[in-house]
Parts: sequence; structure tokens; C-alpha cells
Amino acid sequence: MSSQARSVRLAYTATSILVIGFIVLPLVFIVWMSFFSNKILSFPPEGYTLDWYRRAWEMSDFRNGFFLSLRTSLIATVVALSLGLPASFALVRGRFRGRETINTILMSPMIVPGIVGGSALFVFFLEVEFLTGWRIAGSSIGLIIAHSLIALPWMIRLVTTSLISVPPSVEEAARSLGAGPLTVFFRVTLPVIRAGVIAGSLFAFVNSFIDLEKSIFLVGPDSTTLQIALINYLEWNFDSTIGAVATVQIGLITLLLLITDRYAKLSRAF
Amino acid sequence: MPEVVLQDVAKHYGNAIAVENMSLRIGDGELVALLGPSGCGKTTTLRMIGGFVDATSGQIMVGGRDVTRLPPNRRNMGFVFQNYALFPHMTAAQNVAFGLEMRGLSKADTERKVRETLARVRLGHLADRLPRQMSGGQQQRVALARALVIEPDVLLLDEPLSNLDAALRHEMKIEIRQLQQSLGLTTVFVTHDQDEAMSTADRMVLMYNGKVEQVGPPDEVYGQPRSAFAAGFLGIPNLLPGRMTATQDGFRMEAGPIMRLDGQEGRMGKAFLALRPEVVGISAKAPEGATNMLPGRVQVMTYHGAAVEYQVQTEAGPMLTARATAPGLGGPPVLPVGAGVWLHWTPSAGVIVTEN
Repeated sequence: MSSQARSVRLAYTATSILVIGFIVLPLVFIVWMSFFSNKILSFPPEGYTLDWYRRAWEMSDFRNGFFLSLRTSLIATVVALSLGLPASFALVRGRFRGRETINTILMSPMIVPGIVGGSALFVFFLEVEFLTGWRIAGSSIGLIIAHSLIALPWMIRLVTTSLISVPPSVEEAARSLGAGPLTVFFRVTLPVIRAGVIAGSLFAFVNSFIDLEKSIFLVGPDSTTLQIALINYLEWNFDSTIGAVATVQIGLITLLLLITDRYAKLSRAF
Repeated sequence: MPEVVLQDVAKHYGNAIAVENMSLRIGDGELVALLGPSGCGKTTTLRMIGGFVDATSGQIMVGGRDVTRLPPNRRNMGFVFQNYALFPHMTAAQNVAFGLEMRGLSKADTERKVRETLARVRLGHLADRLPRQMSGGQQQRVALARALVIEPDVLLLDEPLSNLDAALRHEMKIEIRQLQQSLGLTTVFVTHDQDEAMSTADRMVLMYNGKVEQVGPPDEVYGQPRSAFAAGFLGIPNLLPGRMTATQDGFRMEAGPIMRLDGQEGRMGKAFLALRPEVVGISAKAPEGATNMLPGRVQVMTYHGAAVEYQVQTEAGPMLTARATAPGLGGPPVLPVGAGVWLHWTPSAGVIVTEN
């Protein structure tokens, strides 16, 4: 190997390590701090304890928030799946006027800042309530609608990407061999785009789960999501409880990624 | 095997006409090649037969049954695509079995037929491979087996050789022709390659701008192209503009000289004289007794294995291509670039084609 090639290689490795470190280091710190025994979060650690995890679990705001977030995100993912799959098909296979516009509209929740989208939804829900008397803001329906909007673009983006890589002729071949449209979908198309659908669901779920901005307008006094419970807690406290909650979340998401990667190579979905 | 009849079949996209009132009868066990440049409507025609494109008007009959409005899954046609279109998540055997499963065949019968058909395309040993573990040629043979195993009424081939390299293309061409003949399959073969069409088809349908330009057996279409487009597309490079003489036994070139013709009676007015390179003789000295002669100078000489091709700038104006047997195979010695030469051909060698 020439010395020039070696130095290029060295620079490449160094940059890679720097970038990965930049991403991973904050996570490492949070996990580390969650074990500090300091009463107020500070450096250096005075000792180590698991007490913050027990405290976090004992706090009803966090526990209930966790289950509300889990439920909301799961429902949002199912909604995104049932709307996003047909929408992706129409967008990729369909030839109609305004296809690009519809695509942009469906992607927009990803682009519009969450705080803007959240407040817009809030105002809209208030108008609906004013006109019909139906209270959406602060109800779990309102929260689910907002989270479905967060989940939908992720689903569509990842499903359309994998659908584009399936030539229509593969589906046509199945048709010519005697399969009706539904059989083609379940026997051919869905198995081929499986990785995209799984990755779409995963990203829909995770992004719904970690959302703060959109939810902040829509939660009621006794229904706070986990992220809002965290913000509320941070307002008056600064200890390692949040570190413990964050660590559990990081662990959960890592676990989800590892499990899905076993069943569908996520790298193939992009 | 039933025959396929297209009756005034047309496809319009808004104002654009993809296929214009096409009528064609494809006989029982016949292989018809739809040939033409891209955008000529050949693929649209094939896809209308297969049921993937709805005909705007007209009728498609298969063995006396009107299939015009039937969805593709109820037409019982085997379709082979240019990009193979194998199911990527299934093995070769599973791909071939798919159509049989759709027909509700028993597991034992399915397995037996899959094995037989894969053996027929010489892929018995690769039954458990996934498409991505196979070469292009192997994938296309699986696609062929998948289309054949359902015992289709009609076999439809959409540029099946275009993605293969030259050697494989030749091999597959022969294989498809053999299978088609031994099974007596009524077949429609779409291609843009005139060699492919000529070497496989019983009849060729030359298409241009959504219309049928010429139909006939390959030797007839190649020997007697009707139009300048047909001649050009079939690889006849020499098209001399001019007009028929009143006596109909001569052709006055735009450049002046009159060329003698034979067997072109009934043609009139402005036209082209088409000369295949093989019929144009080339020699260093003026040949004795030749009826049609043009002097010129060799501009380019290219070697093609069995033949040597010359581009000759004639003194009369047009550039002509002549093809001579290579010296090693009994042909005349090679003429160098820049040499003064004579081009000559017999009166029966020329074909008159219309402008379009």
C-alpha cells in the first residue's frame, strides 16, 4: 500500500470514529449519569445507584405516560399502516393528475415544524369543538390523530421506496399466471416489500413515541405522554430520574431495531 | 393451440395514438414477430393481447373466444418479460410452481410438472436457487419455464433477449424457437432487432408509428421491402432517390443516370431504389457486360469476418455500401481505401420502395 493510500485510509477511519462518537457520546453520558447517586445532577459522580430507576417507575406520571405513549404510538402505527400502504401504492403505481402534490401533502407533517403542526391541529380541534361540541383536544382521539400524522409520512416514505424497486412486470407476471389482484398483493408484492413495511412501521412507531412538540398542545391534565411528563418533571427537578427514563427508552428502541433487523434487513429498506 | 385474431384493435392515450386499427391473424402454432423501432406500438399490441392494456376499440379473439375485456389472470397466456420479472423471494421451482398453484393443481402434480419443465429448459439442477443467485440467461429460462408450465393458449414474449449478451442471445433464440416448435405454441414475439425477428419468426409484422407497415415471411419482407422505412429498418443501407421511367424497366436517379430494373412493374413515380449490400458487386476495373454500373472511390473499408464491406463515394453523388466475400473465403483481393472502383448489379437485384 502506498503511503498516500494509507493516509487516506487513516483520515477515513478517523472521520468515521469522530462522527460515530458525536452521535453515540451523548447517549453514553445519559446512560452513565442515570447511575449517579448525586442528589442533583452534577459532575463528578459521588457514587453509583439503581435508585433512580425505582423512583422513575414509582412516579405515576412516568408510568402512566409510558403506557399512554405506548398505546398511542401503537395505534398511530396501525393507522399509518392502513392508510400508508394503499397511499403508497397509489403514489407509485398510479398515473393521475396531482400525484406529486398529494405526495408533498402526505410528506408535509415531516417538514412542517412539530410546534407549528401541533398548534394548527389544536386550533382546528377547538374550531370543531366550537361548531359541533365534540371535544377532541385533550382527548385520546386528538392525540391519536396527531400521532398518526407523525407516523404516516415515515410509513409512506419507506414503503414507496421499497415499492419503487419492484418492477410492475413482476406483478403482471403473477397476473398472467392466474392470480387476481388480491392474491398478487399478498403472495408477491407484500413479501417483496416486507423490509420496507417493517422499517416503515418501526420508524412510524419510534417517531410517534418520541414526539414532544405536536403532543404538547393536545394532552389533557390526566393524560400526558411520556415525553411531556419528562418536560414537566424537568421544570422543577434536575436529577437522574430523567436519565433513568431516557436510558429505558434508548434500550427499548435499540431492542426494537435489533429485533426488526433479524426479520428484515433494514439496510435494504432505504 | 388456438389461433389469435386481432380485429381493428386500437389504443389511444388521449389524443395520442399508440396503435391504429390493427388487424392480424396469428395461426395455430405460428410464431409471429412484431418488429419495429421503439414507440411503434409493438409492445402496446402485445400488452393488449396479454390483457395489461385495455384496447380502446376492436376485438381480440383467442381460439374463437373473445378475450378483449378479460383480465390477464383469466386469459391463460404465458408472458415472458424483458427484465425476467421473476418473483425475487421465491426459488426457481417456486416461481415455476406459482401458476400451477393458482390453478389448484395437487402438490404431487405440481412438483412433477415443475421438475419436468425446469428440465426442459435445462435448469433442473438450479431448482432451489433464488433469482438473485442466477445469471441473466438462467433467470430468463426460469421465466420461460414459468410461462410454459401452465400450458398457455398463447405465448407472449416481450423483448426476451434484450438483456442478454450476444452469445447468450443467440443460444436463447434457438432454444425459444425449438421449444415453440416442439410444443406447437402460438407465439407473439416482440423485438426491435431485425436479426432476432428474421431468424425466429414464421412471419414478421413490421410496425411504424402505430401502424402495420408490412407483413410477411422474413425472406419476403427482407427481399421485397415495401417502403423506404422498411428497407432502412431491415438494414438495407442503399436507398437511391429518383423516379421510375415511363417504360417501367428503368429508374432515373436524381443524379441523372438510368438504372435498369427487372420485376418491378406496376411501380410508378417518385421512389427509392433499394440495394442490399450483398447484391452490389465491386471491382477495380469496369466489368464487361454489366447493365448497371457506377464509378466511385472507396471511402471506408471494414472487415466482418466472412465479408468485407466497402463504403463507396460514387461520382454520381450517393454513398453506397457494397459487401464482398472475404479474400480468405474465395472472394476477390481487398481493395484499399482511396482506390477507384466500379459498383455494379443486375437488373433483378434492385427493389423499388415507396417514400413511406
